[in-house]
Amino acid sequence: MIGALTLLLVFQLVGEVLVRALDLPIPGPVVGMGLLFVTLIVRRGPGEQLRGTANGVLQHLSLLFVPAGTGVMLHFQRLADEWLPLTVALVFSTLLSITVAALLLQRLMHRTRGRGESR
Amino acid sequence: MTPVLGEIWVYLSATPLLGLTLTLLAYQAALWLYLRANHHPLLNPVMLAVIMLVLVLSVTDTPYETYFDGAQFVHFLLGPATVALAIPLHAQWGRLRSMLVPLLATLAAGSLTAALSAVGIAALLGASRESMMSLAPKSVTTPIAMGVAERLGGLPSLTAVLVICTGILGAICARYVYRALRIDDHVVRGFAIGIASHGIGTARAFQVSEQAGAFAALGMGLNGLLTAASLPWVLPWLERLMG
Repeated sequence: MIGALTLLLVFQLVGEVLVRALDLPIPGPVVGMGLLFVTLIVRRGPGEQLRGTANGVLQHLSLLFVPAGTGVMLHFQRLADEWLPLTVALVFSTLLSITVAALLLQRLMHRTRGRGESR
Repeated sequence: MTPVLGEIWVYLSATPLLGLTLTLLAYQAALWLYLRANHHPLLNPVMLAVIMLVLVLSVTDTPYETYFDGAQFVHFLLGPATVALAIPLHAQWGRLRSMLVPLLATLAAGSLTAALSAVGIAALLGASRESMMSLAPKSVTTPIAMGVAERLGGLPSLTAVLVICTGILGAICARYVYRALRIDDHVVRGFAIGIASHGIGTARAFQVSEQAGAFAALGMGLNGLLTAASLPWVLPWLERLMG
């Protein structure tokens, strides 16, 4: 587990360094994810240990958002002042973007898969 | 008795131990409720844990900064967890490669819809400019969204909250949207929720299946890249257009 955690942190560190050095507008961990992804393709998959640790971490991904979410405390005043536009914008835009993405992908996949087939 | 308790409280509230332990306790309690209720989407564990923590901190008059001194150890793990998303992603690589074009087209449409509809609705309903700019990157993962908001002239800490609300909303609503649209494919379900509601949507998708989770991670990662690259020039251009 420690080996796998070390590996994840090393990739994150390399990502952070690249972002700073090249002045990229993307966070370091996302670059780290991309690098690890490419490494896994080249090395044909993760080892047992890395797979186990990653699954363990990802199973409790929800927990990791709790501290930032609690920051809602800092913005009660603004939320009270602008609750209507913020709430409506959040709800509608979230529903709309899920709908647009899901319908479009389903349609496009159907077309790719069903090419030459009759329905 | 009370003075002793008071002293203990003064000691505890000055160390990171309390913030860290409270976070884990609140999450455990929220998870317990969520599991007891058979994964009911309205009992989203992030939302429940946040509500509990806000109540505890308000009642004990503890500032958020004091709490975060401890909670930052949990917050920090968002980095390595993001890197770890490469592993489920790799497991789906074969499937992913065969449908690259549909995925990229969906990404572009979903990403723009998420940002522009939010800003548009907020503008129509008279939100302040600061709030709109904080809202624009709400569909992407917290660290990217905070960076983008800062670039646009929003408030990064407000963005973090809006991002998390978006994630919770997506995790709660997605099931009903998919049922109404009759979408069963786990690839489609995962990718769409990843685009619309980032890591919290992805966490939810992993509970459905590894395939849904992997495609949610892909949607989230790609949407992060695209939003970071596009919003800083799309939004100013729109603002100029609308005068």
